[in-house]
Amino acid sequence: MESGGRLPGVGCLAFDDVTTSQHEISDEIAKIQADSPGGAPLLDFAPYRSTTLRHPTKEPRHADPEGAELLAPVFGHSDVAAVEADLTLQRGGEPIGERIRVHGRVLDGDGRPVRRQLVEIWQANAAGRYSHQGDQHPAPLDPNFHGVGRCLTDDDGWYSFTSIKPGPYPWRNHHNAWRPAHIHFSLFGTDFTQRLITQMYFPGDQLLALDPIAQSITDPAALARLIASYDHSRSEHEWLLGYRWDIVLTGSHATHLEPSDD
Amino acid sequence: MTEATPGQTVGPFFHHALAYPGDSELVPFGAAGSVVLHGYVFDGAGDPVPDAMIEIRQSDASGVVPRVGGSLRRRGAGFTGWGRSCTDGAGHYWFSTVEPGLPFFAVTVFARGLLDRLFTRIYLPGAADVVDGLVASREDDGRLRFDIHLQGPSETVFFQFPRT
Repeated sequence: MESGGRLPGVGCLAFDDVTTSQHEISDEIAKIQADSPGGAPLLDFAPYRSTTLRHPTKEPRHADPEGAELLAPVFGHSDVAAVEADLTLQRGGEPIGERIRVHGRVLDGDGRPVRRQLVEIWQANAAGRYSHQGDQHPAPLDPNFHGVGRCLTDDDGWYSFTSIKPGPYPWRNHHNAWRPAHIHFSLFGTDFTQRLITQMYFPGDQLLALDPIAQSITDPAALARLIASYDHSRSEHEWLLGYRWDIVLTGSHATHLEPSDD
Repeated sequence: MTEATPGQTVGPFFHHALAYPGDSELVPFGAAGSVVLHGYVFDGAGDPVPDAMIEIRQSDASGVVPRVGGSLRRRGAGFTGWGRSCTDGAGHYWFSTVEPGLPFFAVTVFARGLLDRLFTRIYLPGAADVVDGLVASREDDGRLRFDIHLQGPSETVFFQFPRT
């Protein structure tokens, strides 16, 4: 996800260090993980070089949410068309790659389904290239794949996307640095404070252990919650492979009434 | 309570996915009664952050937090009380909105190099019970200005909302 390119604007401030080796980065990661096992991502995580000047140094102020913080934005069928959940249909022709379906449930911290809420995703194509002008990785763009999708969860919190398995790609965090294949997810809960943007990874990816972004989550059990499982029950004969990934948001503060049918 | 899914950075390549026409116009730019809320996002060296994204959530002018759809396709929709602005090459974000009846804009910050989202508040000038450092300034042309410093001597106050 980091820029390999040097275009003005989006990619120009990307960290560009091609001298540090993977071995040195992995040593740094191991030292931090030995000192600070925890479930939340560390914002101050030097092996991911771009965090250096972008992490707050003061402890966050604890507060009780109030007013607008208690209510997430609401999205409806006027916001999202059903076709937006199929990333293989949007450009007219068949994209190249391994066709997949990713599905799962969005739950709040108390296990309640997050109903009729917006899920946004974006990802690289099968060759590991984003349809974004800042991505100058010399891998082919796919004219039939934009890599952007949206859907609303259903009344039980389920979402489902049809897509192409994204490829891993190089970035310039250090020498020979590769991001594991991933899909970016953007999620809302019922409270504004449940907002989450994260990345879903694929099972068995050997790059996960080397990746400073994934490894910023120093608790292996917490990192495991970012890895989808292969779901053969949702694979389709001669068509696609199924993956299951459930998402749990933080707890809700508000006492929510069941929303009316609107 | 079930363990929450951890956050991860939004990365650098989100604009084609998350930005959309009208995303930062909760009301049309220049509409009667509208105000511009804007500012810059800076890193710990004081350099602008050109790949950040700011979201705001707010009440309407009367203090009601809307619970209506339409934020993604604003044309013809009412006031939804939510918007999104991706910073430009100068690290600038902006919203066209109304001044909330409740005293602050709730704010979420995302950026490349920021491993999880940050929450803060932007209080209206003159609001009671503000948090120090989180009050917007009123510019001569009436716009509200609030800069976000991810790190450094002017580091913005960010919030955590633990459940008791």
